[in-house]
Amino acid sequence: MADCVFVVAEFRGGDFRRVSYEVASEGRKIADALGVSLYGIAVGSGVTEKAAQLGFYGVDKVFVADDPALESYVAETYVPVIASIIEQADPAAVLLPASVDGKDLSARLAARLEAGLAQDCTEVVVEDGALKAKRPIFAGKCLAWCEWAEGALPMISCRPNVMDCRDADATRQAEVETVPVEIPEARSRATGVDLDTSGKVELTEAEIIVSGGRGMKAAENFAILEELAKELGAAVGASRAAVDAGWRPHSDQVGQTGKVVNPNLYIAVGISGAIQHLAGMGSSKYIVAVNKDPEAPIFTKADYGVVEDLFKFVPAFTEEVRKMKSTC
Amino acid sequence: MNIVVLLKQTPDTESVIRIANDGQSIVTDDLKWIINPYDEFAVEAALRLKEKHGGTVTIVSCGPQRVVESIRTAMAMGADKGVLIDDPALEGADSLGVARALAAAVKELEPEIVLCGSRAVDYDQAQRGPMVAELLEWPHLGLAISLECDGSTVTIERPIEGGKVTLEADLPALVTMGGSHAVWNPRYASLPGIMKAKKKPLEVKTLADLGLDPAECGAEAAKIRIVSLEMPPERQAGRIIDDGLDTEGKAAELVRALHEEAKVI
Ligand SMILES: Cc1cc2nc3c(=O)[nH]c(=O)nc-3n(C[C@H](O)[C@H](O)[C@H](O)COP(=O)(O)OP(=O)(O)OC[C@H]3O[C@@H](n4cnc5c(N)ncnc54)[C@H](O)[C@@H]3O)c2cc1C
Ligand SMILES: Cc1cc2nc3c(=O)[nH]c(=O)nc-3n(C[C@H](O)[C@H](O)[C@H](O)COP(=O)(O)OP(=O)(O)OC[C@H]3O[C@@H](n4cnc5c(N)ncnc54)[C@H](O)[C@@H]3O)c2cc1C
Repeated sequence: MADCVFVVAEFRGGDFRRVSYEVASEGRKIADALGVSLYGIAVGSGVTEKAAQLGFYGVDKVFVADDPALESYVAETYVPVIASIIEQADPAAVLLPASVDGKDLSARLAARLEAGLAQDCTEVVVEDGALKAKRPIFAGKCLAWCEWAEGALPMISCRPNVMDCRDADATRQAEVETVPVEIPEARSRATGVDLDTSGKVELTEAEIIVSGGRGMKAAENFAILEELAKELGAAVGASRAAVDAGWRPHSDQVGQTGKVVNPNLYIAVGISGAIQHLAGMGSSKYIVAVNKDPEAPIFTKADYGVVEDLFKFVPAFTEEVRKMKSTC
Repeated sequence: MNIVVLLKQTPDTESVIRIANDGQSIVTDDLKWIINPYDEFAVEAALRLKEKHGGTVTIVSCGPQRVVESIRTAMAMGADKGVLIDDPALEGADSLGVARALAAAVKELEPEIVLCGSRAVDYDQAQRGPMVAELLEWPHLGLAISLECDGSTVTIERPIEGGKVTLEADLPALVTMGGSHAVWNPRYASLPGIMKAKKKPLEVKTLADLGLDPAECGAEAAKIRIVSLEMPPERQAGRIIDDGLDTEGKAAELVRALHEEAKVI
C-alpha cells in the first residue's frame, strides 16, 4: 500500500523556485485525497537551511541531498540521487516542476524508475483513489487526459503558473531528514552558469506579456514595447517572424516551436495570429491585439482589439498606463 | 564520426486537430506529415558535425510506413542511411516503450553521438531523449542552442529560466535540441540530394529484429495512456475598441477595460 506522495522541489540561486511551491500545494491536495503523507525532495548546494520551508506549502517531511557537487542541475548526477530517495518509500505518485530542468529530470528519472510520466500537466484529479492528469498536446490545440496502468508509478510534471499555490503558512515547518549523498561517477558536468540578474521577468512565469511581431519592423523599435513592459511589470515576447529577422533572441519566441505561455494578459503587437503562434499563447487569460489590419486572424482570439498603427498606439497606451498607475 | 539522429514524423504545425470518434485519438486521414521541427534541427546539427569530422549520419525512426518519406527527406538533406522500426506492437506504446526500441536500435549502430529533438510538436512529451540516454547508461545534455564537439567531448549551451548554462559530456553522449529555426537554420533538400536519397540504404526492423519482446515495450507494457481527448474552450472574438475614439481615446479606454473589467493591470 502506497504510503506517500513525493514532490521534487527546484532549488536555484540560494532559494526554491516558485514553481516548487505550486507543486507542493498540488501534492498536498493529492496526498489528502489519498490519505497519505506528503514528502519533499530538495537537492542542491546549501539547500538544507531552506528545506523546512517547504512545510509552509503543505509538505510534511523533506529529504535533503545537500552537496557542493549538486550546485548545478546535471541529469546524470541528479537522477540517481533522487531515485535512491524515492526507492526508499512506496509512493502513490511523484510530482515535479515542468520547468526547463524539471522536464529533463522527469524524463530521465521516469526511465530509471520505470514509471509512467505525464509531462507539463495543467490539472490533476483523484477519482476512486486513482490519478488522472490533463496535459495539452499539439501545443495546446487539444487536451489529453491520461491514466496509469494498474501498479504503475504515476509521475507528473506540473506546468508553472497554472496550478493554485497555497498561501504560505509560516507556522508549518516540515521535518527535515538529511540523506547521505553518493555522487556517482559522471561523464557530464556543468562548466558555466550565466544567470541574468537584471530581474527580467521570465516568459513562462510572467503574469503579463507584451509580444511584438513582424509589424515592429526593426530591432530598435522594440524599445517601445520594453517601455510598456516596464510600466506593466511584463516580460517581452516575440513571434517567429521577429526572431527569424534577428530582432529578438530565440528565447523570446512564443509558439509551437517556441515557448508556451499562459499569462493573465497577453498583448500581441503587430502579430497576425498564425496558428503556430496562437498555439503558444491561446491559453492566456486575456488577449489584447494591436494591429492595423482589421482582418488579422489574431482579432478572432482577442478579448480586446485595437485597429491602429502600433507606432502611434503603443506610446499612447504606455502613457495611459502611467496615468492610471499614478492615480491608483 | 558515427552520428545517429532520432527522428519522429509529426503532423504539420499548420494542422487543425480534430478528435476522432473514439474520443481518444485524433483524425489523421487528412493530415500532412513533416519531420518534427526539433528533429530537423538535429539533422542539421548532425550534418554540420559530419562536415567537420567526416563519418556517417544515420536516421533512426519509430513509426509506420509513412515515416519513410520523412527519412528520405532527411537523406535528401544529407543523411547517409536510415533505420525504421515498424512494428504493429508499438501502437499504443508509451514513451518508455518507444525509448526502449530506439535505444536497442542505437546500440546496434554503436554511434559516438546521438542527436534528437527536445520535444516532438505533437504529443509533446519531451521524454524520449533522456529516456534513451538512461537506458543506454549514457550522459545526456538537454535543450541545446549551440553544439561544439571535438571528437571526444561535446559542449552545449542550454537556456534555463533567466539565463543559460554550459554543459559538457564525454562521448558517447546524447544531446537533445532546443532553440528555434533562427538558431539552427536547417538546410533545405537540394534537387541532387533528393535524387541521391532514393538510393540510400534504409533498413526496416521489427521489435524481434532488435531482440525485443513486445511485452516489454509494446502497448501491454505501457504504464500510461491517453483515455480521452478534449478541445480547449473555444476563444470568442471580443470587443474591438473603437467607439469613434482617436488614438489617445482608445488607449485610455483599453487601460480602463483592462483595469476595471478584466482586472489584470
Ligand atoms: C514549423 C513551423 C513552426 C513555427 N513556429 C512558430 C512559433 O513557434 N511561433 C510563431 O510566432 N510562429 C511560428 N511559425 C511561423 C508562423 O507560421 C508565422 O509565419 C509567424 O507567426 C508570423 O509572425 P508575425 O505575426 O509576426 O508576422 P506576420 O504574419 O507578417 O504579421 C505581421 C502583422 O503585423 C501587422 N502590422 C504591420 N505593420 C503594422 C503597424 N505599423 N501597426 C500595427 N500592425 C502592423 C500586420 O497587419 C500583420 O498582421 C512557425 C512556422 C512553421 C512552418
Ligand atoms: C492512433 C494513435 C494513437 C496514439 N496514442 C498515443 C497515446 O495514447 N499516448 C501517446 O503519448 N502517444 C500516442 N500516439 C503518438 C505516438 O505514440 C508518438 O510516437 C509519441 O507520442 C511520441 O511523441 P512524443 O511527443 O511523446 O515524443 P517526445 O518525447 O516529445 O520526443 C522527443 C524526441 O524523441 C525522439 N522520438 C520520439 N518519438 C520518436 C519516434 N517514434 N521515432 C524516432 N524518434 C523519436 C525525437 O527525436 C523527438 O524529437 C498515438 C499515435 C497514434 C497514431
